[in-house]
Amino acid sequence: MSARTLFDKVWTAHEVVVETADTPAVLYIDLHLIHEVTSPQAFSVLRSLGLPVRRPDRTLATMDHSTPTSSEQVFGNVPIKVDAAAKQVLQLEKNAAEFGVELFDMRDARRGIVHVISPELGATQPGMTIVCGDSHTSTHGAFGALAFGIGSTEVGHVFATQCLLQRKAKTFAINVEGELRPGVTAKDLILAIIGKVGVSGGTGYVFEYRGSTIRDMSMDERMTICNMSIEAGARAGMIAPDEVTFAYLKDKPRAPQGAAWDEAVARWRDLVSDEGAVFDASIDIDASTLEPMITYGTHPGMVVPITGAIPTATASGTAVFDKAMAYMGFHGGDAMLGKPINVVFIGSCTNGRLEDLEAAASILKGRKVAPGVKLLIVPGSQKVKREAEAAGYAQIFKDAGADWRESGCSMCLGMNGDTVGAGEYSVSTSNRNFEGRQGVGARTLLVSPLTAAATAVAGKITDPRSML
Amino acid sequence: MEPLKRIQSTTVVINSSNIDTDQIIPARFLTTTTKEGLGRQLFADWRYLADGSPNPDFVLNQPQAAGCQVLVAGRNFGCGSSREHAPWALLDFGLRAVVSTEIADIFRGNSLKNGFLPIVVDEATSRWLLEHPGAEVHIDLTTSTLTLPTGTAITFPLEAFARHCLLNGIDELGYLESKIPDIQRYEAARVY
Repeated sequence: MSARTLFDKVWTAHEVVVETADTPAVLYIDLHLIHEVTSPQAFSVLRSLGLPVRRPDRTLATMDHSTPTSSEQVFGNVPIKVDAAAKQVLQLEKNAAEFGVELFDMRDARRGIVHVISPELGATQPGMTIVCGDSHTSTHGAFGALAFGIGSTEVGHVFATQCLLQRKAKTFAINVEGELRPGVTAKDLILAIIGKVGVSGGTGYVFEYRGSTIRDMSMDERMTICNMSIEAGARAGMIAPDEVTFAYLKDKPRAPQGAAWDEAVARWRDLVSDEGAVFDASIDIDASTLEPMITYGTHPGMVVPITGAIPTATASGTAVFDKAMAYMGFHGGDAMLGKPINVVFIGSCTNGRLEDLEAAASILKGRKVAPGVKLLIVPGSQKVKREAEAAGYAQIFKDAGADWRESGCSMCLGMNGDTVGAGEYSVSTSNRNFEGRQGVGARTLLVSPLTAAATAVAGKITDPRSML
Repeated sequence: MEPLKRIQSTTVVINSSNIDTDQIIPARFLTTTTKEGLGRQLFADWRYLADGSPNPDFVLNQPQAAGCQVLVAGRNFGCGSSREHAPWALLDFGLRAVVSTEIADIFRGNSLKNGFLPIVVDEATSRWLLEHPGAEVHIDLTTSTLTLPTGTAITFPLEAFARHCLLNGIDELGYLESKIPDIQRYEAARVY
């Protein structure tokens, strides 16, 4: 058999019916993650057709997008502030009970952002197909799974049949070599990749991140990389599983145990692109020359090294560039360092894991948030929260003057009332700097947790290398 | 889903690239548990001023937009979030198709499942449409063609199965359910 890519191996293993010129493939889904925002309409379809959830054992529900992050609202019997959000949470509880789906509800110790909790449970495993009504499902590709976001209609398809109709994507190798310099993180690397590939350069492709830089990364770092594949237009990003992956998963509650573990690892070792496998596209990135990165515009591809300046025009056209600059209140040629900011957000499915909080704590230890700056730190899950408290990071955050919260998507998209004010500058470890993403009129600059923490301390955009 | 064969309409133009789904329908409106009524919030942050009144400068608030079924936009329309609320909002507003040089994957799939047509055209056609707002276009799904008022007809790519479903008003779920025996065989054969 000819050399195959990792994507091809996972795809082929899940083809229930192969694709033809006239019909897409029927692709089997191993794990279906759901949350309160994109599932209610799909449950309604099941109800109207009188259908059950075909495989509740392959379905896992949590609540994260519209849930509050204040302890009083989560645990203290204080009602959820946003009425519609409260209804949505209640609806998921009803739907999960009616259809027999396991739900980590608001007070469950396992609750958190869907893309944080599934890996930490060991539910995310190499070689799986994983979907969720959420575009950042690409995160799970860090384990060598084929994981992608779907719409609510497709959520209904998976509920009813455990399958999706899919056309096979093309493959795109992102080859990254060289050692990241101190102060330069996985977030900076993926921002640089998006800057190079462009926000639609990955449309129609599944990325495979390869090379020594990727192999040297922890699972938390790999998840940050795969998480933002969609920001380059790729529905999925994958990394071949290796000893780092296996060590992460071993003894996780839902990972295979005992003899089943050994069998699984033996099977997972084959999940690599074969020598000589051909990709439809490829790009080479030298990680050793990268600097901390920061976005300056209204999509993640509008990104520069933090020591750099905003370009005077971009390839996407002057009118578009001018519109972004008007929204951001910036000008072509402006230096990024030293720009004043109002809010710093550390969290999200991109950078809300323990290592991200550890990085933030390394900067914030013994320092204070600048006067007038609000620093919101939201752990990716309740487990991350407990671990950050046990490690002393939470105390460091509180001593620095940060607001330390319960887990959730929070200010990444501002659905739960955690928003940035109109015209305010938010330096954020999240994934999207779209207009209004963090609140009406909010101006978002995407950065790593190190840069976010350093900027919170200085009250202006700051190179974290000055505080390492 | 209603069968969709032809659309005859003037166009409304939003000449921006990378129009993401947060612009099409901002996240704060996603707390709904139904699909209905989202047209009111379509492009909310561009369409309404801070006091909630319509922004007279935004094209969808102008008289020529009334009754338009075809949106013409810059490249990479629908990027970002997987929210199906985006095509739901566009349809609820009365639009039936978007024309761009590039349309994001997840948005494209969501659109087709709801009878909203994502039409990808070449640069020259896109430029002509962007420069001629209000042009009367004819879209024929039976031949996958978009005809400009100049008489120029452009064939646009459309996956055969999606086209079949749109033309006949078929819900893909019915097709998937017909494969349940194959799915059962697949599940039985899986060793892990």
